[in-house]
Amino acid sequence: MHRRTFIKAATLSVAMAAAGLTSWSAFAADTIKVGILHSLSGTMAISETALKETALMTIAEINAKGGVMGKKLEAVVVDPASNWPLFAEKSRQLLSKDKVDVVFGCWTSVSRKSVLPVFKELNGLLFYPVQYEGEELEKNVFYTGAAPNQQAIPAVEYLMSKDGGSAKRWVLLGTDYVYPRTTNKILRAFLKSKGVAEADIMEEYTPFGHSDYQTIIAKIKKFAGEGKKTAVVSTINGDSNVPFYKELGNAGLKATDVPVVAFSVGEEELRGVDTKPLQGHLAAWNYFQSIKNPENAKFIKMYRDWAKKNKLPKADTVVTNDPMEATYIGIHMWKQAVEKAKSTDVDKVIAAMAGQTVKAPSGFVAKMDEKNHHLHKPVFIGEVKGDGQFNVVWKTKGPVRAAPWSPYIPGNDKKKDTP
Amino acid sequence: MTRYLLSILLWLLALPVQAALDPALVKQLAAEDSDAKIAAIQQLSATPGAEVTKLLQAMADDGLLQAGETLFLLDGEQAIDAASGAPTQPAPEAYESVTVNNRVRSALGNVLAGMKLFDADRAVRLAAAQELQSNAGVELVPVLAQAMDKEADAGIKALLKQAHAQASLASPEVALRLAAVRALAQSASPATRSLLVPLLDPASEPDVAVRQAAKQSIDAIESRLVVGETLGQIFTGLSLGSILLLAALGLAITYGVMGVINMAHGELLMIGAYTTWFTQTLFRNYLPEYLDWYVLAAIPAAFLAAALVGMALERTVIRRLYGRPLETLLATWGLSLILIQAARVLFGAQNVEVANPSWMSGGVEVMAGLVLPWNRIVIIGFTLFVLALMWALMQKTRLGLFVRAVTQNRPMAGCVGVPTSQVDTLAFGLGAGIAGLGGVALSQIANVGPDMGQGYIVDSFLVVVLGGVGQLAGAVWAALGLGVVTKFLEGWSGAVIAKIVVLLIVIVFIQKRPQGLFALKGRFVEN
Repeated sequence: MHRRTFIKAATLSVAMAAAGLTSWSAFAADTIKVGILHSLSGTMAISETALKETALMTIAEINAKGGVMGKKLEAVVVDPASNWPLFAEKSRQLLSKDKVDVVFGCWTSVSRKSVLPVFKELNGLLFYPVQYEGEELEKNVFYTGAAPNQQAIPAVEYLMSKDGGSAKRWVLLGTDYVYPRTTNKILRAFLKSKGVAEADIMEEYTPFGHSDYQTIIAKIKKFAGEGKKTAVVSTINGDSNVPFYKELGNAGLKATDVPVVAFSVGEEELRGVDTKPLQGHLAAWNYFQSIKNPENAKFIKMYRDWAKKNKLPKADTVVTNDPMEATYIGIHMWKQAVEKAKSTDVDKVIAAMAGQTVKAPSGFVAKMDEKNHHLHKPVFIGEVKGDGQFNVVWKTKGPVRAAPWSPYIPGNDKKKDTP
Repeated sequence: MTRYLLSILLWLLALPVQAALDPALVKQLAAEDSDAKIAAIQQLSATPGAEVTKLLQAMADDGLLQAGETLFLLDGEQAIDAASGAPTQPAPEAYESVTVNNRVRSALGNVLAGMKLFDADRAVRLAAAQELQSNAGVELVPVLAQAMDKEADAGIKALLKQAHAQASLASPEVALRLAAVRALAQSASPATRSLLVPLLDPASEPDVAVRQAAKQSIDAIESRLVVGETLGQIFTGLSLGSILLLAALGLAITYGVMGVINMAHGELLMIGAYTTWFTQTLFRNYLPEYLDWYVLAAIPAAFLAAALVGMALERTVIRRLYGRPLETLLATWGLSLILIQAARVLFGAQNVEVANPSWMSGGVEVMAGLVLPWNRIVIIGFTLFVLALMWALMQKTRLGLFVRAVTQNRPMAGCVGVPTSQVDTLAFGLGAGIAGLGGVALSQIANVGPDMGQGYIVDSFLVVVLGGVGQLAGAVWAALGLGVVTKFLEGWSGAVIAKIVVLLIVIVFIQKRPQGLFALKGRFVEN
C-alpha cells in the first residue's frame, strides 16, 4: 500500500471511529436517569404519592430550563407498595437494571433501613426527604428532612413554654416501628433532663394501618385527668392519622385542654379530615404552605398548575407540605452538585454536595452541611386551622444545623459527625 | 363652606352609631407577645358592649386582619377599622389574620363566654356555661357570681356553680377556696379532678382544711369516674364487636352455613365501602342539598353491588369447586387479588375520602367524662338492624327456609323440589350483600382503599370459627366477646400486645373446643 494512501485511510478511519464513538456516547447519555421510590399504594400512599408528583414536577421544571449539563432528566417511577422488603427489591432494580444516577425516595425509616444495604453495596445515591429519628449517617444518603433537634425537641420545648400551655405530663403516641420508638427514646431522655418524672410520661404504640383509636383516646383523657397540664406527642404515620383525628374530634378533646403535636401530619394528611374540631392542635415542620414569601408563592402555584395539568385527584384542592419542599430542595441541590462536579458519578456528586445552597420555599436559604449530609433548616410550629392549613405560632430565628446523633442518647457523643 | 361642613356632619350622623374602642388597646391585640395580647383582651372586656364582643369574636375566628399597621375586620366585602368601626378606605389588598395561639384562644373563649352569660337566648347561655367548664380563670369569679344570681334555668345554674367553683380555686381567700373545693365534689369530670390534684400539695396549698377537703372531693370524683370509665370501656368493646360482627356476618353465611372458604370476603367489604364513596360522589355532584343523607342511599346500593359481584363469583368460579375446600381457598384468594387490582385500576391506589355526614359527627356526653361518638352509636344500631333483617330473611321467608333445608340435607332438599343450585347462588349473594353492608359501616370509621379488606379477613374468620361454624347466634356472641376482650386488653397492655394475646386466647379455645362456642347438634353434624 502506498504510504500516503495508508495515512489517508488511517486518518479517515480514526475520524470515522471518533465520529462513531461520539454519536454512540451521545445516544447512550442522551438523558440522565433519576429513580423515584415512593409507595403509591398501601398504608403510606396517603403521604408518599404527593412526593412522587413533586419529584416529577421538579424534574419537568429542570427539563424545561434545559436539563442538567445539557441533558434531559428521565424519571423512572416504581411502586414499592408500603411493603418494606419490596423497597429493597425495587431499589436494586433501579440501580442495577435501570441504571439510575440518583434515587429520590422513601418515607418511613423502616423503608430507608431496608434499602440502605442495597445502596451501600451498589454505591448508589439516595435523597431522603422526610423528618426522621437520626441515629444514622451514611455516605450514600443525603437527608433533606429534619433530624430530631430540628423538629421533635423544639416542638416539645414549645409545649413546655408558657405560650405552648406549660405542659407537665406527656403522652408519647406512635406507630410501632423504628422512627417513633427512637424518637420517643430521645424525647424521654430529653424530658427527664428537664425534670419530668417517669410517672408523668405515658408511651403507647399501635400497629401500621390501625383504625380504632377509641381506647387510646380514653386512656389519654384518663391520663390527663390525673393532674397537671398534659400534652400528646404523636408520631403516628400513614393513613392511621385519619381515624385518629376523626376520633379525637368526635371525643371532644380540645386543643386548649390537651394539645396534640404531630410530627408526621401535614397539610396532605389532613385533606381527608374535617379540621374544624381539631383547631389548635399542632404540628412541627420546617415548612408550612401558609408561610408567605415569593419563593413559596411560586412553589405553590407550580404544584397547583402541575396538579391541574396532570389531572391529579381533587386537583383544585391540592396542598404543599414539608416533605414535598424537602424533595424539591433535594432535587435542585443534586442538580447543582452534578453541575459543579461536571459528572453524575456518585462519589464526585457526594463531594460536590457539601455546602450547596438552595433558596427554599420556607423563605430561608437551605444549606447542605459541609460534613454531615443533613440540611440546615428553620423550625416552625403551626396550629391547625379550620380550613386544614396551619397557623405558624412559633419559629426559629434562622436555620438550625442538624444533629443526627442526638446528645440525649448515651454514647452518641463519641460518634463522628461525618459518614 | 358651611354647607360642606354640614354635609360632612350629616354623613357622619348617618353612620351607625359606633362607640370607638381605645385604639391603643386594639393595636395591642396584634402585639408580638401573647402576654400583651391577653392583657389587651382582658382590658377591652372590662367595658362590655356589642363592639367589644364583635371584635373579640372576630379575633377568635381568625377574622381580625392586619395590613401593615392597620387592623380591620371584614363585614361581607367591606373592610371596617377594628377600633373605630368606620370603613377603611381604601380596602387593604394584602393582609394576614392576627395570630391566635391556643393560649390566646383560651383567654378569648373565656372572656367571650363570660360576656355571653347574660345573653337573652337560653342556648347561647348554655353554650357559654359549657365553654367555661374546663377553663374558667380566676378573673371571672365576680362575673360568674353575678350570672349565677341572675340565672333562672336550673341546668345552666348548676353548670355555672361548677365553673364558679373552678375559677375560685385560685382565689387568695381561704373560705372561697374551701367552698369551691367542696362544691367540686359534685363533679364527675377528669378535668376537675386534675384541677384539684395540685391542692393536695402543701407547697401550693397552705391551708390544711382545704387540703383535706380536696382529698375528700377527689375521692368522691374518682368513684364516679370509675363508673364512667368502665361504661366507656364497655361501649368501645361493643362498638368494636359490632364492627367485627358486620364484617363477619356475611362470612357466617358463606362459610358458616354453606361451607365455602371465601378468601375474597374482605374484598366484598371493600366493594361495599367503595359503593358508599361512589354514592357520596353522586350526591355531592347532583344532590348537594341532600348530601347528609347519602349514607342511607348507600345502604341498598352497597348491598346490591356486593351481592351482584358475589353471585357472579359463585356462578363463574365457586360453584365448580363445591366440596373441594383447598381448591376453593386458592381460587378465592386469587379472586381477591383480582378484585383488589381492579379497584386499584378503577379508583386509584390511594385511599378515597368518605366523610361522615354531619349527623354522624361529634359525640353525645351521656355523663361527665363519657363522650360517645355518634358514628359508633349509629353503627351499633345499624348492626342490630342488619341482624334483625338477616334473622327475618332466614326464619320468615321461603328463601331462608330453602337455604336452611339445603345446608341441612342437600340431596333430600333436592328430592322435594328445592332448586338447590339456584339457592346456592342466592345464599352466596345474600352473604356477599351483607358484607357490602359491613363495608358501608366500615367506610364511616376506617380508611377506604383497595386493600382495606385484607385487614378484616382474619378477624372475620376468627369470629366465625370461634362462634361455631354453621351458627349465626354463635357469630354474634363471638364478635361481641372478642370486641370487649380486645378493648379491655388494649386498655391494659396496648394495641400491639392485645392483638397477640387475643389470637393466643382464640387458639387455646379452639384447641379445647374445636366446635366453637355454639355447636350444632343432631344428625347433620356428621357430614
